[in-house]
Amino acid sequence: MDWGLVLFYFFAALAVVGGVMMITRKNAVHSAVYLVLTFVSVAGIYILLGADFLFAVQVLVYAGGIVVLFLFVIMLVNLEESRRLSGGKLHLAASAVLTCLLFGMLATLFGRVAVGQPSVAAPLGEGNLQLMGIALFRDYMLPFEVVSLLLLVAMIGAIVLGRPRA
Amino acid sequence: MIIPQSHLMILSLVLLTIGVVGVLIRRNVIIILMSIELILNAANINFVAFSSKWQNLTGQIWGVFNITIAAAEVAVGLAIVIALFRNRETVNVDEMNLMKW
Repeated sequence: MDWGLVLFYFFAALAVVGGVMMITRKNAVHSAVYLVLTFVSVAGIYILLGADFLFAVQVLVYAGGIVVLFLFVIMLVNLEESRRLSGGKLHLAASAVLTCLLFGMLATLFGRVAVGQPSVAAPLGEGNLQLMGIALFRDYMLPFEVVSLLLLVAMIGAIVLGRPRA
Repeated sequence: MIIPQSHLMILSLVLLTIGVVGVLIRRNVIIILMSIELILNAANINFVAFSSKWQNLTGQIWGVFNITIAAAEVAVGLAIVIALFRNRETVNVDEMNLMKW
């Protein structure tokens, strides 16, 4: 019995359940908690695929940072429980049709790409952090700096937007 | 350990669809932002899956950039939500129909 495969299906099921619960809960705090479940399951899948660094970043940034940010904002805006999902029947029908269309299109596309070969998580797992560091600071130096600039701009933008109007 | 590539892609597709459904059917703008995070995560699974399949780190580097941009997006998005709530007292997207007030 291949325990890696069993773990993969376990994490995948957990991620999907977390996602479905997230979009169906009425209380936004419950949604945020189910979002954590999904993020942690996805992190588990990363480690099964040998992406150790991304596993750490996923847990720290998503489950640690982004969800806390969401919870802060939910507390801050003091939500009344939104009573229903969304607008009229037409809206729901159009949403269903569009989603089915998107799902079908992507499934067809993926069916053409996914040709048999299974993915193996061997050599990349060894010293993944070291390899990532070398790649980030040598081959992807410029994109890395640009992304750091983007983060700075986003931080300043968030502060400016969140400031009370004078 | 061998995980079929197609199963990883199906997982990514299902998570993306859940995110799209969340964006379409919910009214609460915070839940919509959460659904967008789910969509970004689904894309990331594909990046990592193919990185692992072809033993090439590029996919994981893109995954890191993806997470960075998700963090920036959510910071600005939530700041907008707070500014909007301060002015309009609502987090319902149906009531957000003005660019300026």
